[in-house]
Amino acid sequence: MNSLRPIFADLHLHTVASACAEVEMIPPLIVRRARELGIELLAVTDHHSVENAAAVQEAARAVGIEVLAGMEVQTREEVHVVCYFDDTVQAEQWQEMIWKRLPGMANRPEFFGEQYVVDATGAYVRTNERLLQTSTDLSFDELFWLAEQWGVLAVPAHVDRPRYSLFANLGVLPETVRLPGVEISRNIAPQEALRRFPSLRGLGMVQSGDAHRLKEMTNSTLLKLKEPTAQEVRKALLGQEGRSVKILEER
Amino acid sequence: MVQAVPLKVLAGSSFLDRPVTGGYASDMLSLVMAGAKAGNVWVTMQGHPNVAAVASLLGLAAVVVTEDSPVDPATLQRAEENGVPVLATGLDTFSLVAELARLGVRGVRSGPGS
Repeated sequence: MNSLRPIFADLHLHTVASACAEVEMIPPLIVRRARELGIELLAVTDHHSVENAAAVQEAARAVGIEVLAGMEVQTREEVHVVCYFDDTVQAEQWQEMIWKRLPGMANRPEFFGEQYVVDATGAYVRTNERLLQTSTDLSFDELFWLAEQWGVLAVPAHVDRPRYSLFANLGVLPETVRLPGVEISRNIAPQEALRRFPSLRGLGMVQSGDAHRLKEMTNSTLLKLKEPTAQEVRKALLGQEGRSVKILEER
Repeated sequence: MVQAVPLKVLAGSSFLDRPVTGGYASDMLSLVMAGAKAGNVWVTMQGHPNVAAVASLLGLAAVVVTEDSPVDPATLQRAEENGVPVLATGLDTFSLVAELARLGVRGVRSGPGS
């Protein structure tokens, strides 16, 4: 029986594939910052794109940092949900499915910013010209239903934020969806989140940086996992089989 | 109101007799929870089941879903159970609110009638 190990994680991170991210969000700089912060598990969660996940994985391999492919999805209600994949092929199929649920418009970089796909060194590969920074036509409930069908881990992002969040946009925890857990932003302590949103009691909680610039990366979440996979993170959120998640005060 | 606009009745047809105390329009449920008052008509594009939960929690007179936005079947079921009329229109929110104002429905913060 393999033992469980403690892993510091930041599970919400943007790269230059996200129009709103700074140009510094390229694989080598992300990896360097993760090392400085003692982060051992990252998830790349660009807006409706998994295109830069492999590049960050490659850049992180040499220093032993693990990287999950992920995606931040915006539901029809404008709620942000971070999704995590254990399988590259599945991640790409999910992306294809999600792109069909977007309005099919072109990005307007002068308004939103550029969406760059890069290699492990951060060198330019191509530009994604779709409009990614907008809502899919999936409802919150439909997205969670799909995630369950696909075996994808889905977690409502930054639930404490005043916009693009579960509580802001949908008011209360939906009784129609079984959540594996929630993400809180780096701006709120877990105790404060529980005070403001008492219905979160009993749910697994991660705190993530949602970094659009390097200094926003966050190392307060300590997971106990057998291996760094999305399915293990799910177990940690649900407190299953000894896996656990804990948010530490300032490190 | 249902006949005058007109509006389609998606759920809660036996609860249409409640007096309307005013109107509130928002797609942010957290703002509705903070701002709408009992007996208000709530105008929104949201069709999530939480819409029925919030409307019931606040004791709203009705929800009107605009632009014929999709409404989750669970929303209608819950609305029926909780006695919340869910109405629908092809009009956008602005146009519908203008219609409601014409019929004398006032916003929760609006001043004395013009």
